[in-house]
Amino acid sequence: MYTNFFYQLRREGVPVSITEWMTLMEALNGGLAGSSLSGFYYLARAVLVKSESHFDQYDLAFQNYFRGIETPAQLLDQVSKWMENPLPPKMFSEEERNELLNKLGLPDWESLKSALDERLRTQDGPHHGGDKWVGTGGTSPFGHSGFHPGGVRIGGESYGQSAVKVAAERNYREYRSDKTLGVRQFEVALRKLRQFSTRLDGAKDQLDLDDTIDKTCKNAGKLKLVWTRPRKNTVKLVVLMDTGGSMAPYAKICSQLFSAVHKSSHFKDLKFFYFHNCFYDQLYLDATCSPRRAVKTVDTMHLLSKDYKVIIIGDAAMAPSELTMIDGNIFWDLGNEEPGYTWLERLAKTFPYNVWLNPIPEKYWERVHGYHTIKMVQSVFPMYELTLEGLDQAIKKLMVRK
Amino acid sequence: MTDHVSYQGTDDYIVSNDLRNSVNISVALKRPLLIKGEPGTGKTVLAESIARSLGLRLLIWNIKSTTKAQDGLYVYDTVQRLYDSQFGEQNVSDIKRYIKLGKLGEAFESTERVVLLIDEIDKADLEFPNDLLWELDVMNFYIPETGETITTKHRPIVIITSNAEKELPDAFLRRCIFHYIDFPDHAMMEEIVHVHFPELESKLLAEALKSFYWLRSVAGLQKKPSTSELLDWVQALTIGGIEPDRISKEIPFLGALLKKNQDFDLALRQLHSRGTDSSSRANSRGW
Repeated sequence: MYTNFFYQLRREGVPVSITEWMTLMEALNGGLAGSSLSGFYYLARAVLVKSESHFDQYDLAFQNYFRGIETPAQLLDQVSKWMENPLPPKMFSEEERNELLNKLGLPDWESLKSALDERLRTQDGPHHGGDKWVGTGGTSPFGHSGFHPGGVRIGGESYGQSAVKVAAERNYREYRSDKTLGVRQFEVALRKLRQFSTRLDGAKDQLDLDDTIDKTCKNAGKLKLVWTRPRKNTVKLVVLMDTGGSMAPYAKICSQLFSAVHKSSHFKDLKFFYFHNCFYDQLYLDATCSPRRAVKTVDTMHLLSKDYKVIIIGDAAMAPSELTMIDGNIFWDLGNEEPGYTWLERLAKTFPYNVWLNPIPEKYWERVHGYHTIKMVQSVFPMYELTLEGLDQAIKKLMVRK
Repeated sequence: MTDHVSYQGTDDYIVSNDLRNSVNISVALKRPLLIKGEPGTGKTVLAESIARSLGLRLLIWNIKSTTKAQDGLYVYDTVQRLYDSQFGEQNVSDIKRYIKLGKLGEAFESTERVVLLIDEIDKADLEFPNDLLWELDVMNFYIPETGETITTKHRPIVIITSNAEKELPDAFLRRCIFHYIDFPDHAMMEEIVHVHFPELESKLLAEALKSFYWLRSVAGLQKKPSTSELLDWVQALTIGGIEPDRISKEIPFLGALLKKNQDFDLALRQLHSRGTDSSSRANSRGW
């Protein structure tokens, strides 16, 4: 039953598992959907979808699966004339509804749709309170202010909440996790970036209270101290941020990520550097990229050990010469003896754990101004878009050597 | 289903249709209900409401960053036992006396059905929910110290809340029924405020809600005001005896709604640009 809905959900990217699907079947057997489509909509969502960030995909899948029962716009004009002077909304009691349910059953969408087409062809005027024609306050599948277990509301207010309508409203679009998000969510994502030191190395300098008590008890109450090695996060992070002019539109999201990284106190070490479009022999210490506040890139590479993880944030869109030519630096007064591309490769080699976050949405990477350089940078660094999902993937990437 | 019950909401807690359905689904399927939602949408209060509506006892297990799954089951108080063995007169060979059941253990042992609220599960360590999988599934656990197995007599109704500070493990999620509490719309919010302040003039309420939703729509707020802040604010308005007409013009006691400096400044700037006349602004803004 509904098996295709299962696959539809998975196609839309909702991670539904067999366990959850079986739970849904169990619930349907128990009659929890109340034999109505809206009941099914909420039941299936509660059982199958475990994050509000997937609600939108769920809505889309639902819409697709139960397709063909939305009201097309041009219908409305034609039908709205029949709907003038409606009956007042008829409230059906629980018993009445159940009786109707038994009588009418859940319709199959194909036949419902063709029935509506047929009605629209043959109906000549308003009909209210009946059970067949498009009208108000009745038990026909078409119209409004009435009740039908799986009908099409045409105009009017929703009383029974047609599920497909609810799905079509896509109220949860903004919760999608592939949208860009705020500081807090970045922080949460960054928290995944951790790697605990093993209990094998380091000094035993922490009192293991539980073990001490246990051992003391076993030692007939004579105090016996047990020491252990503390476990700490060993992740060390270098963040390189592009502050060039082309980054201006993304200033907000970059500053959000910036503050999220800064608030994350769980890194063993954190270094911030800035560059403009591409980095060469100097890395800047503040966002103004003033040569007076800069360090030599080579020094930094020597100073920091290989296990530093590198996150580079930049749009990677620049003139190709900035990557490929000697003296291609956008600051004309600062020459560079080696092309930017060499520096990129050098950095990637020095720090094997590296990612590039690009605030330009991934779907534009092929077409945007600077697509050429984006491609070149991509050949050196694994590139992800600067969204929560992208950051998640990037962090996963950072945890394993590429 | 012998223990079929149906939750209908309580007088002092307005519940949306789909939330009520989710509660009933989780009760019928005997799965824990995982509740997420913006802060202040009444996640925690839901459990109280369920308990009151069904006439059951409520057990609350507040999760902190140091909470371990074991704490919810039982704690073996070895220190007390050690102390007693040296200074006390009690019989220390009876280990049972030093086993203290946690909230989960208490819920299992209870002779009547209870509602168990596991509050803010995301506060604990990442592994925490995984450590509870077995116990929540089979509803029993074994105490090796005494050789006892604590088995549930009446399967408790388990409500779990999360503020999404951490991702919960998939294996855990698979076993839950999930509900996301939407932020209440205008009509529902009116009902909610009415439940808390039945005496409130409708004009004042309408004006307050108008300003409240306007404030929530201001782009760039770091922390949008929530229901509980609205309730505080409405109370402040009534105590302060503010005229309804003044509310949307100057939003008095803004500090009750916005808790962050930047948000405060942003809202004031927006309010300014809405073209309010600046004559009466200075007197009653903020606390």
